[in-house]
Amino acid sequence: MPTPRVCVLRAPGTNCDRETAFAFEKAGGAAERLHLFRLMENPDSLRDFEILCLPGGFSYGDDIGAGVVFASQFRTRLAAAIAEFLQRDTLVLGICNGFQVLLKAGLLPGGADSFRVASDAEPDATLTWNSSGRYTDQWVTLRNCSSSNVFLKDVNLLECPIAHAEGRIVVRDESVLSEWEKQGQIALRYTTASGELSPKKLIPPPANPNGSIWNIAGLGDPTGRVLGLMPHPERYLFATQHPQWTRKQLSGDGAGLKIFENAIGYFE
Amino acid sequence: MASAASGGHRLNGAIFLSGILNYYLQSCFALYLHTDPHMLWEVEIHPGSGEKDLDGAHVQHEVQLRGLESIRSVRAARSYLIEGELSDADLQKATRLLGDPVAEKTQVRKLPDNSTATNGTRLLNVLFKPGVTDNVGMTARDALKGIGLPAERVSICRKYWINADAQAEHVDRLSGRILSNDAIERVVEGPLTLTTLSIDSDYNFELRTVPIREMDDNALARLSKEGQLYLSLVEMQTIQRYFQELERDPTDIELETVAQTWSEHCSHKTLAGRIAYRDENGERRFENMLKETVFAATQTIRKSLGDGDWCVSVFKDNAGIVTFSETEDVCIKVETHNHPSALEPYGGANTGLGGVIRDPMGTGLGARPVCNTDVFCFAPPDTPYDAIPPGVLHPNTVMHGVVSGVRDYGNRMGIPTVNGAVYFDKRYLGNPLVYCGNVAMIPRGKSEKQVLNGDYIVAVGGRTGRDGIHGATFSSAELTHESEELSGGAVQIGNPITEKMILDVILEARDRGLYHAITDCGAGGFSSAVGEMGEESGAEVWLEKAPLKYAGLSYTEIWISEAQERMVLAVPPATWEEFRSLCESEGVEATVIGEFTDTHRLVLKYDGQQVGDLAMSFLHDGRPPVVREATWQPPQQTELNGADLGRMNFGETLKRILSSLNVCSKESIIRQYDHEVQAGSVIKPLVGIANDGPSDAAVVRPDLTSERGLVISCGMNPNYGDLDPYWMAACAIDEAVRNCVAVGADPRKIAILDNFCWGNTERPETLGSLVRAALGCHDVAIAFGTPFVSGKDSLNNEFTWSPDGESSETISIPPSLLITALGQVERVESCVTMDLKQPGNALLLVGETKQELGGSHFNLVHGLTGGAVPQVDLKGAPRVFSCLAEIIRRGLVRSCHDLSEGGLAVAVAEMAFAGGFGAEIDLEPVESVDDLTDIIELFSESNTRFLIEVSPRDIETIREVFVQGAAREPIPLGTVSQEQRLRIRRDGDRELIDESIADLKSAWQRPLAEF
Repeated sequence: MPTPRVCVLRAPGTNCDRETAFAFEKAGGAAERLHLFRLMENPDSLRDFEILCLPGGFSYGDDIGAGVVFASQFRTRLAAAIAEFLQRDTLVLGICNGFQVLLKAGLLPGGADSFRVASDAEPDATLTWNSSGRYTDQWVTLRNCSSSNVFLKDVNLLECPIAHAEGRIVVRDESVLSEWEKQGQIALRYTTASGELSPKKLIPPPANPNGSIWNIAGLGDPTGRVLGLMPHPERYLFATQHPQWTRKQLSGDGAGLKIFENAIGYFE
Repeated sequence: MASAASGGHRLNGAIFLSGILNYYLQSCFALYLHTDPHMLWEVEIHPGSGEKDLDGAHVQHEVQLRGLESIRSVRAARSYLIEGELSDADLQKATRLLGDPVAEKTQVRKLPDNSTATNGTRLLNVLFKPGVTDNVGMTARDALKGIGLPAERVSICRKYWINADAQAEHVDRLSGRILSNDAIERVVEGPLTLTTLSIDSDYNFELRTVPIREMDDNALARLSKEGQLYLSLVEMQTIQRYFQELERDPTDIELETVAQTWSEHCSHKTLAGRIAYRDENGERRFENMLKETVFAATQTIRKSLGDGDWCVSVFKDNAGIVTFSETEDVCIKVETHNHPSALEPYGGANTGLGGVIRDPMGTGLGARPVCNTDVFCFAPPDTPYDAIPPGVLHPNTVMHGVVSGVRDYGNRMGIPTVNGAVYFDKRYLGNPLVYCGNVAMIPRGKSEKQVLNGDYIVAVGGRTGRDGIHGATFSSAELTHESEELSGGAVQIGNPITEKMILDVILEARDRGLYHAITDCGAGGFSSAVGEMGEESGAEVWLEKAPLKYAGLSYTEIWISEAQERMVLAVPPATWEEFRSLCESEGVEATVIGEFTDTHRLVLKYDGQQVGDLAMSFLHDGRPPVVREATWQPPQQTELNGADLGRMNFGETLKRILSSLNVCSKESIIRQYDHEVQAGSVIKPLVGIANDGPSDAAVVRPDLTSERGLVISCGMNPNYGDLDPYWMAACAIDEAVRNCVAVGADPRKIAILDNFCWGNTERPETLGSLVRAALGCHDVAIAFGTPFVSGKDSLNNEFTWSPDGESSETISIPPSLLITALGQVERVESCVTMDLKQPGNALLLVGETKQELGGSHFNLVHGLTGGAVPQVDLKGAPRVFSCLAEIIRRGLVRSCHDLSEGGLAVAVAEMAFAGGFGAEIDLEPVESVDDLTDIIELFSESNTRFLIEVSPRDIETIREVFVQGAAREPIPLGTVSQEQRLRIRRDGDRELIDESIADLKSAWQRPLAEF
């Protein structure tokens, strides 16, 4: 297999594209930072890629809601190209603002299936204001709750930072949660530093930093080829990014790199 | 990621008529000329069921703080006002886009809304004043257009329902003080009866001249003040003479151009001017005070470095540049945005950071920002609401606005805010200080720029509106309680997304070599940007070409507008097409607005007609030299006095210092900043076992493929300035440098920056204290080998008001010198943090403790005066820095913390609770060396001191390093302990402090925890 090609798609206001592209390159991929306007001019160019990544930032300023305008481009001008991309054996990763876009575009939680019907159906879930009402930057501990998600292969606990104001998952009807759980779609949950398992009961902050229902930090689609998460694994590529690397005497690579290696490894 | 100020307070810029225009042609203006019928809709969005009303709760909290008890309930919503021919189906689509279908409820109505039903509530709508840039409205309009809806204009509105029986006076205070800021917003009660959002107006060109040749001195003074030129009489007379010689009167735009160029903000005429200074050592005459102090230190250092000189470009461009690696140099700039932040804290701080980010972007051929630093000075947040003078915002309001403004700009630009500080003093009540800094990387060899004859003058980025007119001249003015009214237009509005888009295309265009020069459009707008770029050549500007936010601006308004997010470039005609198309491809507007010439004149045209023609030499060198008097008299040094020092409870004293506003935890602010975006974070602002201890400095890796790191820190202590500004400056430099060295920076390569914020320097004693500080800067910088690479000053930070309607009271800020340090570290893995790491390790005190409690926090919490201001040992300090750096580089130090406010006691307490371990300290070894009292050893704020944690087996090696470096040997003080207590004794058994680290931490965390 040749080197997998990664499209790191940036819109006006995207700001984590450089380090996210760097993460894929470090993991062995060939990453291109593609501007959304270029893709809208030529949606077929998505055919050149195996992995689509929506990095963090404030697309369109998040002015009318986090990820809303970017998501609206997905549902309108890019709908056909995205649907075609999902039909192939491809991967999609949305980090922070990228996760907000995937969810609001209907590409999550159902992947290709929910994306197809997204414009007509009422969405099951949204990402909205943290219960604190404010933007927060802090480190969290995540537990992998999905055996099927490609990005999370061999990951158990993962530490990385969050940096957002609208990261709380809210659902229209709680019955959808068990459905997600059954399908392995609840990919990542916030947990305490010791990794304590508390799947459904809300863990108080700072462990669950935003009050997300069932402590959900990331969602996948039923095939495990799509992942959206609020925390930033691309901010833990090196040991020295860990807030306690001087205490724990860490060195070398950071654990967040694994997410990107799994994505590249999928195509080997 | 997500958006906006918590509680939904999003504040923006303002409309304003230029003062000169106001003065001369008020009658020509008419807003709302369009009265033809439009279709206007309101889409109102409420929190959905089960969702908290966060904005409503925030307002209610503010209502309680202010005791407006007749307001018992507050409910909040937001709405979009949409103008356009929208069908029902269109409105449904719009609603689906604008509201969150899961978390929110939406409601649509047609405007005007003539309903009268009140439902037992009063409705208050908060709208931007006409012309204020509405970023959310613009994004919404574009997004609606993007899905094919005919939305012509969109504005946002915040809506509040309160109980109908609230007292009128309470409602007024709610409207004016909590819900809105009069500088940019208006409150409309009841259902909205608007019919259109259009604010376009007609503009009929008419050339205006000002009959300055005929004016007497009174008329000149009046023109300067009422026209908001803020020039001195001598300067006005100089302008008068220039035009008398030309035998014509100036046009309004020429007068404005001279005022902008000669403003304090743009020319630093006070500090870079002639000063006759007198102190206890006699008289000294400066031709250019800054050049002979701060710059001179840099020249001396560069000379002594010889071939090893690592300065690249200092004091000549928008930011200072020093070398970093084989491939990149590093730029740094720190600015202030005090006056705008006093009037409108969110917008002022927001554009303050936005502006300083544009400085490195406009340095050399453009740099890539990698981190921000922010320092604020406020009055205490617990200042009683009824003690606030008219025209002044409560410090709590200021603090929330400033923090939100910085947060929203930095986070959205994707630049981590990694370092900062907050100082409190009641003298900042009318004049809060907002220092914003930015560090950026520039490829080697891209630090020089040169405009060529025939290059196009290209404006890039945001459009021009009436925002921020007279910001540059306004910053020269003293604030009064009328300033809010007079100069509200000086408040601007930021759009970080636009700036991010500009940054993306500029870096690409730089690498493709598409332009010859670039600068930012800051204070003074096009006037100062083009005037500066064309200083050596000449320029001709075609003002009608500048893209406008709305129709109706006059040629002068276009020229001096300080609308945000604009850059000016010199693009050769040969590459213009490629440059234009690059900008277009990323949605950035680029427009040719003139060309650079070789005439050495600044020629301004509007629609082909000449409106201004000035010689560059008059503009830049025509300002009359003024000799200012400056005096400094040393205050009487007094002994420490005021309390019964004999019976002091040291544990209690320690907790009070930890709880003092300057020392206490700023976590609630720090966590609102993204300090990790760009993935370069190495040492974060908060460290330790619970990620909440106070780091000395931040370390950032700007290039992920390299091991090299940047170290950013700061030093400031206004308390010392009251005693001796010379030593205050020395202390600030020492603090900035020791913070840098404490995490591992190489002391041989630390660049520093000065930011002087002072009171009214027309008073000789105020200017004298500033000169005194500058002399300190000179001497210490040379002694430390730390060159100044950039700086900025903000003078006239005074507020005058009349407490009783008759007498007049002036509050002047304390002398506030911020020193920012930019250090470097070769391998980031050699950095250390301040949290204790391992029980059994030894604690050593580095540096000498002296009887220096003047201006200390020990004095502050006990209400004491007197004592000696801390000095710096100019010979010894560099040796200490060098030895400490050596042992850190060799990996011999497990943790290191500098001693500053609160001295040794505070340092060891912070290290202990950050690390989650106790400490056993015995002061006897200090006494055996220095023979000092308990109070001095615990709380003195002597400079150049550190507490380090080391393995016992390394003590001997460390001692040797210090002996060889001719520095004082570190003093062993005790050990890290497993037990969760801080115990400080003397002679083994006399107990001075015995406190649990949990109590100490809680004392430190509590004061601003709820901020």
